Amino acid sequence: MSARERSDHGHQDRHKLAVLLAIWALLILAPYWMPPLGGYTALGTRVLVLALAAMSVNFLLGFTGVLSFGHAAYFGLGAYGAGLALKFLAPSTPLSLICGMLLGGIAGAVLGALIVRRRGVYFAMVTIAFGQVFYYIAFQWSSVTGGDDGLRGFSRQPLDFGAFKIDILANTNAFYYFVLVCFALAVGVMGFILRSPFGRTMIAIRENERRARFLGIAVERQIWIAFTLSCLFMGFAGALYALVNNFADPRGLHYSQSGDFVMMAVMGGMRTFWGPLLGAAVFVVLQDYLSSVTVNWMSFVGVLFILVVLFFPRGLLGFVGRKTQA
Amino acid sequence: MTQLLLFNVTNGLIIGAFYVLMALGLSLILNLSNVINFAHGGFLVIGGYIAYTITPYVGFWGALLIAPLATAVIGLIVERLLIRPLYGRDPLYSLLLTFGLAFLIEDGTRFIWGAQGKPVTVPAVLAQPLSYEFFFITGYRLFMVAMVIISVTLLFVLLRYTRLGIRIRAGTLDLETVSAMGINVRMLRSFNFAVGIFLAGLSGVLAAGQLGLEPTMGTGLLMPSFIAIIVGGVGSLPGTLIGGLLIGVASGVTAVFAPAASEAIMYVLMAVILLLRPRGLLGEEGMMT
Repeated sequence: MSARERSDHGHQDRHKLAVLLAIWALLILAPYWMPPLGGYTALGTRVLVLALAAMSVNFLLGFTGVLSFGHAAYFGLGAYGAGLALKFLAPSTPLSLICGMLLGGIAGAVLGALIVRRRGVYFAMVTIAFGQVFYYIAFQWSSVTGGDDGLRGFSRQPLDFGAFKIDILANTNAFYYFVLVCFALAVGVMGFILRSPFGRTMIAIRENERRARFLGIAVERQIWIAFTLSCLFMGFAGALYALVNNFADPRGLHYSQSGDFVMMAVMGGMRTFWGPLLGAAVFVVLQDYLSSVTVNWMSFVGVLFILVVLFFPRGLLGFVGRKTQA
Repeated sequence: MTQLLLFNVTNGLIIGAFYVLMALGLSLILNLSNVINFAHGGFLVIGGYIAYTITPYVGFWGALLIAPLATAVIGLIVERLLIRPLYGRDPLYSLLLTFGLAFLIEDGTRFIWGAQGKPVTVPAVLAQPLSYEFFFITGYRLFMVAMVIISVTLLFVLLRYTRLGIRIRAGTLDLETVSAMGINVRMLRSFNFAVGIFLAGLSGVLAAGQLGLEPTMGTGLLMPSFIAIIVGGVGSLPGTLIGGLLIGVASGVTAVFAPAASEAIMYVLMAVILLLRPRGLLGEEGMMT
């Protein structure tokens, strides 16, 4: 490696570090800069949770190259898992998060085993159809899930550290920071996995599955693990979402919700780690704004989908990335 | 009991015939263009509403012919403007685009025709039950099944015996070679897309007579069509045909014993088939897997 290259690397690393610092600074200070700009802290909380979901989708879509279009199912399962745990097991916030995550992850592991041999559009269709199974169950099994009305009658509990308690129920800022810590943990683990040898094989499969197979990578098993991990993250995000709303909605499992998640990932830039965060922020803020000003917000979202696909397929960050490279 | 069973099996077959019509259109587009058309249900709704609008002028029979054709024309325009730029790119993009299109169509129909459902009257000849004992077999239902049989037969004749159909089938297997032999693949895909949308429009007209019209009716019919394709085997049109009838009858029969599970049975069927025969009933190994 020549001195020139090394300094380029150093430059890139510094650049990356600056971006990372900026992202975290923005996230940490959100309760202070959002309200003056017309936002509210709860909106920031929703952005974080949905961004985590979009990043979990992207873990599979952008880094393994597997097109899952039914991921909302595991998101919704996470929400129901958390809600049911709070309602029937014990009034503990951490326990509810773990239950939600496990429910999403286990369902993903079981279904993943059925579908990992499929690829491309076939994989997408099967994931959509199986995702609908859970929507259907949540919708029909009203004695447990509350059916069409959703699961109610639970609320997030104060965090009990023995010596002191943090009230995340009434204090919106405290709850925002709680979600931010959860987000940071999940994203940290995700980043760690992507940097590990396992993450490298995921990318190898994305780039050229046949070559990965020739190199002796057990492609099906790797995809299954990646699918399961992504469903675990998804369940975690869903559990957080149940805490955000103190409510679990069957529509959170519907495939149209999966479409929104994939859209967030694509809009932000699905080959980038942080793209889905940006995509989720834009999507959530836009949806929040549109649904307050027009009843035809569905049309606007539809047009947004079409425009992004036709004109910004690389997403916002992909677009910026290409500009700076050139 | 026998009558109840017969009633539900008949129901299942009729609904299955519907799924077949939807799923065949989806399957055609999926096989040749590798596009999962999420907006297929939307085109069904468009077909139904067009028929509703023009029936006062051209009558039921006129609408039955004109509405699917008009839907196909709209489909052609959509294909030309929105979907053609995406051929050859990751199927993710066409999936997202048609997904957004489905939103747009649903909201658009609500905007134009209102959110309230519209009742649709069928000609008196068809509305009568055939006999008192089999009150559930109305002329319209028989007519629907006949229409499905006719259009499916025509479709298979088109694909098997005409030059165009042979090209479509060849393109499904290897589009590159077809293109290298001097066939205009773009035209082929457009035509194929239009045929698929025509079938969606036709399902819309037929569904309107049975179920009435609602902006959301397409979405509910989309998922069973997906399952029909997966059960039958992606890449096989006869498979789609069998898959659609199978899940229709299965949900009909289940409705007798456990009404709440009549939709769930489709998913169970799909899971079982994917376990025992991952490529679907008539799917070929290596195709689209």
